[in-house]
This record gives sequence, structure tokens and C-alpha cells, in this order.
Amino acid sequence: MATEQTQVLGRALLTPAVALLFIWMIVPLAMTIYFSTLHYSLLDAETWSFVGLENFRYFLTDPAFLTALRNTLVLVGSVLAITILLGTPLALLLDQQVVGRSVVRLMVIAPFFVMPTVSALVWKNLLMHPVSGLFAWIATLVGATPIDWFNDVPLLAVILIVAWQWLPFATLILLTALQSQDEEQKEAAEMDGASAVSTFIYLTLPHLARPITVVILIETIFLLTVFAEIFVTTGGGPGLATTNIAFLIYQQALVQYDVGNASAGGLVAVVIANIVAFFLVRIVGRNLEA
Amino acid sequence: MKHVLSALLGAATLLGSAPSIAQTTLTIATVNNSDMIRMQALTNEFTAKNPDITVKWVTLEENVLRQRVTTDIATKGGQFDVLTIGTYEVPIWAKKNWLIPLDNLGPDYDTADLLPKIRDAVSASGKLYAAPFYGESSMVMYRTDLFQKAGLTMPEKPTWDFVIEAAKKLTDKSDGVYGICLRGKAGWGENMAFLTAMSNSFGARWFDEKWQPQFDKPEWKKTLSTYVDLMKAAGPPGASSNGFNENLALFNSGKCAMWIDATVAASMVTNPKDSRVADKVGFALAPNAGLGKNANWLWAWNLAIPAGSKKTAAAEKFIAWATSKDYTKLVASKEGWANVPPGTRTSLYQNPEYLKVAPFAKLTLASIDAADPNKPTVQPVPYVGVQYAAIPEFQGIGTSVGQQFSAALAGSSTVDAALAAAQSATEREMKRAGYIK
Repeated sequence: MATEQTQVLGRALLTPAVALLFIWMIVPLAMTIYFSTLHYSLLDAETWSFVGLENFRYFLTDPAFLTALRNTLVLVGSVLAITILLGTPLALLLDQQVVGRSVVRLMVIAPFFVMPTVSALVWKNLLMHPVSGLFAWIATLVGATPIDWFNDVPLLAVILIVAWQWLPFATLILLTALQSQDEEQKEAAEMDGASAVSTFIYLTLPHLARPITVVILIETIFLLTVFAEIFVTTGGGPGLATTNIAFLIYQQALVQYDVGNASAGGLVAVVIANIVAFFLVRIVGRNLEA
Repeated sequence: MKHVLSALLGAATLLGSAPSIAQTTLTIATVNNSDMIRMQALTNEFTAKNPDITVKWVTLEENVLRQRVTTDIATKGGQFDVLTIGTYEVPIWAKKNWLIPLDNLGPDYDTADLLPKIRDAVSASGKLYAAPFYGESSMVMYRTDLFQKAGLTMPEKPTWDFVIEAAKKLTDKSDGVYGICLRGKAGWGENMAFLTAMSNSFGARWFDEKWQPQFDKPEWKKTLSTYVDLMKAAGPPGASSNGFNENLALFNSGKCAMWIDATVAASMVTNPKDSRVADKVGFALAPNAGLGKNANWLWAWNLAIPAGSKKTAAAEKFIAWATSKDYTKLVASKEGWANVPPGTRTSLYQNPEYLKVAPFAKLTLASIDAADPNKPTVQPVPYVGVQYAAIPEFQGIGTSVGQQFSAALAGSSTVDAALAAAQSATEREMKRAGYIK
């Protein structure tokens, strides 16, 4: 029952906070847009000039751009698929009453707490190395030729590393959701003679729809910018096999200290992320509204 | 109001600075290599002699250091008083007047004692713009036991033909021994450092005198196809993701018969603590193709003072201390001669105590002498630098070309396709940067 005066007063008091938030958001964005129209290299800072959309043209016509875009989408899609398809059964298993459950849970969640650079190094040198890695050792034990991961299937290798890191996240979210599932409903289903499979399909899966959506949205945001794993293992190569948009921006722009090009690349990445997010929300976001 | 504020501020500044009026604090940015970490630990010896100077360290990993230092100097940030920079940056930054020439390193500094090739690399128009802390070239490290078993003798100046033949002969894949380990991981300081040095020995060059990229020339084709064929026949699997550290691990665990890489690796492969093959390593000059150039590179980490520093005198004192002969002696007295920073001074290579503990010393010196940053290739070039071209654009170009070449090594691209892609990418970049129309 606010009077008109208190409403006005309330808005006035809110203004500084809102203004601050607005500046917080708009200044970096405006700076990035401004820099993206300049030919401005840190190594040649004296001679910057206004070039309009030249930086965007340059970035988008880069022969590597389309490959990088495709790699980004493949990477995000595959990791999402792996983490959800493996995360759901893992969460179901962890939901069971077993001895030492808390320890098992901790172990399953552990990969998420390893720094990306560290896990990339471990996978590269201790697991996937074709000469001294664990996988190569197992392969030679059973008489097979070791797979040369980063040479023959580099993108798959990166996908596996990233998926390994994000699987705990998906599992954790799904597990939390499972624990909020109504036990009585499940018991009722059991008494009605429903099989475990149909219980899962008709009760558990609909219950998990919303957390799965959350997992997809959050993971997508982070997976679009995967960088450390690529930088450490393959350096974007061989060729362009593992170059994603984030790595392309790094390589095209940051290695050159080209502020203009980096800003343009950054804005392109923002646009791509928004497009992806738009479609994702339309496809899966409906679940959130229920 | 404003007056009151500034008066207060002024008073505060006066009060704050009064007790430490004679103190100068140097902020030094450096790279996290073991030699620099050691320098940090020995700083007390410097501050004890110079009580009016305190030293603050910013130690970073190579890539991060390069970014921080470049950003700072380009934006005139003034965060650092002493910078650690590579030979790549020195000529570029000196030309831009971003560095102060080091004219006043004191009477004891003995500039003439610096190795001529290293001194050239850190000088511009006859003036020293950075002081070398340690230097390196590249050379062949090989397993004497495997060579003996195969009845081969490594010449002191091997040719590529010999290296290729020996590598094929020494490869025993069933036993996990590979004839040769070379860098394959993409990057201007990774595979391109090696491949550019190798290309020099085959008569190739990055650019002609008009800055036109040369990847469409037969010399580069010969370089890259020789490299790819050699690695396919005698290299370890996964070579396209191997850099310096990966190859060091392979060599130290006895998986490589030969390894061509930085001379600083010599002290690591002969250290029994880290290397399983420490007592079986021999050294030779980097290979040549009979054209008068070896596949040598030249690199040094150096200390320099950014232009606009207000603590020049103290910074010069520190640089003179850290790169002096006395510093070498100090390290030797504390950690032994094997651990002194190598590759910068002639006197070190005449010191019998050093030569006794460093069997690779003679070849390190010969390798450094064989590289010439001002005349790196058989044909004339418009750039300075042996395994790089000292232009700002090179880091980016080198890395994208490195990616193409690692694809050729991995087999996901052919040598011809990789060279064509390298040529067009480099042309594109050079046009954008305004070198060619």
C-alpha cells in the first residue's frame, strides 16, 4: 500500500544501485565495441586508427573460422551428450544405499575440483600418451596397437578430457534431484507391479527433466569457452583439428596483442553464445516453465 | 574543499615517505625457470651490498610473463623496473625506444667478455639494450651406447643425411626405442623454433627481401618433407603434441636415440637424478645440409630496463650484479659449477672448473657461435633472428604456421597442403600488417 511519495522515494533510493549495475555492465561492453572498430595493436600503439568493421571482416573471413565454429559445436554437443547419458545412470547408482556411499560420492565428484590445466596434463602424459601412457600400456598388454590419441583423434581426445571433468557436475545435479523424488510414489509404482525400467521412464525421467535442462544450460555456457585443455594438450592442432572459437580468438588476437581484432573476436563469440543460448532455451527451456 | 583535500594528501605523502626517503624498491618481472628462481634466492647478497635498494619479485610462467610485460610496456604502465625478456623482443622494443640502452653497467661489467653472438642478439645499432642472463643454442644429443651397439659413429658436425640414416637404423619400435625425437607441438616457440632452424640449414627463409613469404619455394618443401618423412620412419608416436618437456621426458627415460633441442637440456639429460641415461649421452653440432648453415638456433633470457623507469640507476646496479662474472662465481660457490647460468660469457668457457663438470660446454659454445641472428639464412633476409623473425607479427604467424606443420606431421594434412595453407595465412597477415601490398 505504498503511497505515491514513498514509491517515488523508493525509486530514487534505488537509482544509485541500478546506475552502478548498469555502468558495471555497459562500460566494458561499450569499450569492447569501441576497440573492435580500431586498428589498435599494443605493439604498435602509437599508430591506432579507426577502421570501422574491418576487424570483423578480418576475423570472420579467417579460413580457420568455420572449422573453429564447427569444432566448438561438436565439442559442446558431445560433452553434453556424454555427461548426461553417463551422469544419469551414475546418479541412479549413487542414489542407492551402499556401504561407504559418502566416500564413493566424493570420489565421483573429485574430477570437478581438479584444475583444467592439471587434468589436461595428467590425461596427456599419464593416460593418453602413446608411448608411456596407461592406455598404451593396457593396449600392449592385450596385444593391440596403442591409439595415438592427440595425433589420430585429437578432437575426441579433448572431448573425453572435458567430459571427464564435467561428468561429476551433471551427476551431482542429477543426484540432488533424485533425492528429492517422492519415495511414496516409487513405492506405489512398485506395488502396482511396475518394472524398474518403466518406473525410470515414467516417473524418474520426467522428474529429471528440469535438472537436465539446468545441466545443459550451465554446461553450455562453460563449454563454449573451453580453452585450457586445448592449450595444454594439442595447441589447437594438429592443423585446426582442435581449434575452437575461444582458442582461435586467443591465437588470432591475444598472441598478436591486437586489441582491435581481439575485441571483434570477443564480440563474435558473444553473438555465437547468444545464438546457441537462444535455441537451447527454445528447445529445452520449456521444461523450466512447467 | 579541494584545497583542503590536496593539502591533506600532500601532508600524508610527506609523512609516509619521510622515513624511507633513501629507499628504492625495484620491481622485477621474471620467468619461472630454475636459473631465475636461483637468482631470486640469492637476492640477499645483492641487497646486503646495496642497503638502499629493496627488491620485489614478480615471477611468472613464460607466456604469462610475456603478456604482462608487453602489456605493461606498451601501455606505459610502469609496473616494472627490470624486465626479463627474450632475444625476440629486444630488437623490436629497442627500435620502438621502449628500452633504455645499458651504457652504465659499471667498470667491472666487462661487456667484451659477452659471447659475440649473444651480444649481437641483445644489441641494436651498436648499443646494448639488454643484459643476457643465460643463453642457448640447439644441438644433437645422442645415446652413445645405442650408437656403439649399431656400429655407428656420430661425427662432430653431422649432416642431415647421416642423422636420417642413423635414426632409421636405431629405431626399434618393438623395444620402444625411437631413432629421433623432435618437437612437433604447434607454437612459434615450439615446433617452429626447431623447424625454422632446420629450414635455415636447407637454405629456406621466412621472407625474401620484400617481405614476401617463401613457403611456396622448394627449400621449404624439402625441409618439411624431410622432417615429416624422418618422423614417420623413426619418430615416436604422438610426436605432433611433443614439445621441449615431452621430448625431455622421452629422452630421459631412454626412448630416444637422438634428440635435437636446446643446449640447456644438456645439463638435464646428464643429471643422474633426473635421467636414466645420464652416463650414456653424447653431443654433436646441429645437423647441416652442406650449405654452410647448421640447424642452430639462438636464444637468451635477458634483463632490461623499460624506458620511463624512474629508478634507472638502481635497476642498472641490479642488472650489472645479476649478469656479472661475480654472480657466476657466487652461484658456483653455493650450488656448484654445474648450476651456473650458461651461454653468456666467454670466460665461463675458459674456466677449467666449469669444463670439468660440463662435458657439453665445448659444444654449447660452438653451437652458439654457429648461429648468427643478423645473417640467419643462406639467402639474404630483411629480418633479425635465427629461429624467428623479430617482427611483432611473428608470434601469431609462427603459431598458425606451426599448426599447419603439426597437421602435416600428424598425417591429417599433406606437406603440400600444409605449405600452401602456411603461405596464404602468412600472406594474409603480412598484408594486414602493411608489409606487403
